Amino acid sequence: MSKTKSHTSSNPLNTMPDKKGYFGEYGGQIIPPDLIKIMNEINDAYDEIIQMESFQTELQMLYRDYVGRPSPIYLAKRLTASCGGARIFLKREDLNHTGAHKINHCLGEALLAKHMGKTKVLAETGAGQHGVALATACALVGIDCEIHMGEVDIEKEHPNVTKMKILGCTLVPVSRGTRTLKDAVDSAFEEYLKDPVNYLYAIGSVVGPHPFPKMVRDFQSIVGREAREQFLTRENKLPDLLVACVGGGSNSIGLFSAFLEDESVKMVGVEPAGKGLDTDDHAATMTLGVKGALHGFECYNLQDKDGNPLPVYSIASGLDYPAVGPQHCHLKDIKRVEYKAIDDDECLDAFMQLSRLEGIIPALESAHAVAYAMKVARIMSKEDTILVNLSGRGDKDADFVANVLSL
Amino acid sequence: MALEQYLRERLKHKDMLLMTHVVCGYPSFEENLKALEVMAEFDVDLVELQFPFSEPSADGPLFVKANQAAVSSGVHTRDCFQFMKKVAELFPFKLLMMGYYNTAFKLGEAEFMQSLQAAGGSGYIIPDLPLEEAGEMHRLSAEVDLDPIILMTPTNTDARLKTLGEAAKGFVYAVARKGVTGSKTQMDAEVTSFIEHCRQYTDLPIGVGFGISDKTDMDFLRGKADIAIIGTAALKKWEEGGEDALRGFFSELLG
Repeated sequence: MSKTKSHTSSNPLNTMPDKKGYFGEYGGQIIPPDLIKIMNEINDAYDEIIQMESFQTELQMLYRDYVGRPSPIYLAKRLTASCGGARIFLKREDLNHTGAHKINHCLGEALLAKHMGKTKVLAETGAGQHGVALATACALVGIDCEIHMGEVDIEKEHPNVTKMKILGCTLVPVSRGTRTLKDAVDSAFEEYLKDPVNYLYAIGSVVGPHPFPKMVRDFQSIVGREAREQFLTRENKLPDLLVACVGGGSNSIGLFSAFLEDESVKMVGVEPAGKGLDTDDHAATMTLGVKGALHGFECYNLQDKDGNPLPVYSIASGLDYPAVGPQHCHLKDIKRVEYKAIDDDECLDAFMQLSRLEGIIPALESAHAVAYAMKVARIMSKEDTILVNLSGRGDKDADFVANVLSL
Repeated sequence: MALEQYLRERLKHKDMLLMTHVVCGYPSFEENLKALEVMAEFDVDLVELQFPFSEPSADGPLFVKANQAAVSSGVHTRDCFQFMKKVAELFPFKLLMMGYYNTAFKLGEAEFMQSLQAAGGSGYIIPDLPLEEAGEMHRLSAEVDLDPIILMTPTNTDARLKTLGEAAKGFVYAVARKGVTGSKTQMDAEVTSFIEHCRQYTDLPIGVGFGISDKTDMDFLRGKADIAIIGTAALKKWEEGGEDALRGFFSELLG
């Protein structure tokens, strides 16, 4: 395949999903019928807005002047030397305003909400990254924002809670159930159902009912488009391997989407193996999950024999989700992307190595991708290249890691 | 007897039927049975047995709590079918499975239908299964004479109501307002015109639910709806005071 092959609209994997929102057999709209109409309105408004020059101009301007795009790709020389194999490049999404890739789709969702005349944007948050990015985008666009967050997470992620408050969003503590992400989803969704005509539920990843997996992917695809061009310009070839972490799957699909047609480029999505795949404490949805329907769409998920989602765990709060984006499920089935698992210890090791060898403190989520890259770089040739999506920075995790490692 | 026929038969003797709701295994199967006995005393016509699912996206906080508690206490799909079978043997009212799609998907849609039929159910209400996704389920249930209960809602367009009307069997469940179960619905002209609107698209009996909680609501619905559907309000009473409170609730409701 020509390395300069043009790569825009002709990618059949990127024209997915079909009209009903399916990527192969995954996705769709498994939702109360009342919401079908609302979701289809969002889909229509989205299709309309992305054709509008004014919207594209505004979004591109914000990506450049507000987020600081394009984020650079960086050759991690000392990390590469320490692994002794393939060269490891990092796509620096950690340098974005608010410190992660989430802002890419939050700006899109906030602008869409404004365009549709919605009065309030609602969402849940686990670690608070999506919440902060959404509160930021809503402050910028000038629309009310309400974030639901479990009480356990509120305690754990205090800096993000404070930021959301400063940014002017309404923070709703969720005290039911396990008081974590899953309950925050229930609570936010319930509030949303009170007035779906006037509210927009801004889903935080490439999950949920159609059109969200498509829309969030499209907004995140800027990551891959930039990276592909940057890499070609710099190396005059494409990377041999792409690596990104997968919780719901937004940063990984953002990177992968631009390379799906490049047959020479291998891709690996990295899931959390937590305390081990042989324990109950992991969130390796792709590796150990089975097909099911959760939170409005069909996908692989971790569930008990009655179909109830299992409790999941990862050292990285942003990865502990019992389901995964439908396009990832399809890419797994057609073997275009491989999914591997990295455990907490490997993640912490990568977190420290990247910090001490490169002076870059990664988010614990992203450290899973770094850990996998380090693992395979050693067994790859020096001629080979790996591009890792460094999806976020680790400020939020610094205290936690210092505590765990008794630093 | 087919569900529609059963309802029409009952409607010859009563001006409005009553459908109630029980979350299987919450607080326990024993307490479920006691609640059902009270319901039978008041000649309830139809009961939804909810198969607990930990993410009940169409339900309000009380049912979410009940679902999650039942799941945590180890209530499985097969227990619910067994319970349904027992209830079908003990009581005269007809039974519907109410629950979420993943429960059927996980078991296998065909096995789900066979189990439901074997347990003596008359149909099923799966609120997160829109018509677009329901093709196979509807085909399978038709094979075993089970009725998929279709929901009509105030936000449906005429075109949508027409499609829903054509797919409906047994009766139509008209959702009186937006949102999840369990909040108060203002019974007003809007509800009346919504029910009338639904009638244009179906000849089946119409049940009205979501937010019906007292005698005033019942009086309002009489002459408009064929079935009043009571969910959260009854569970709330049970939580307040068990059998006696529930008996008091129904006396007042139907008094």
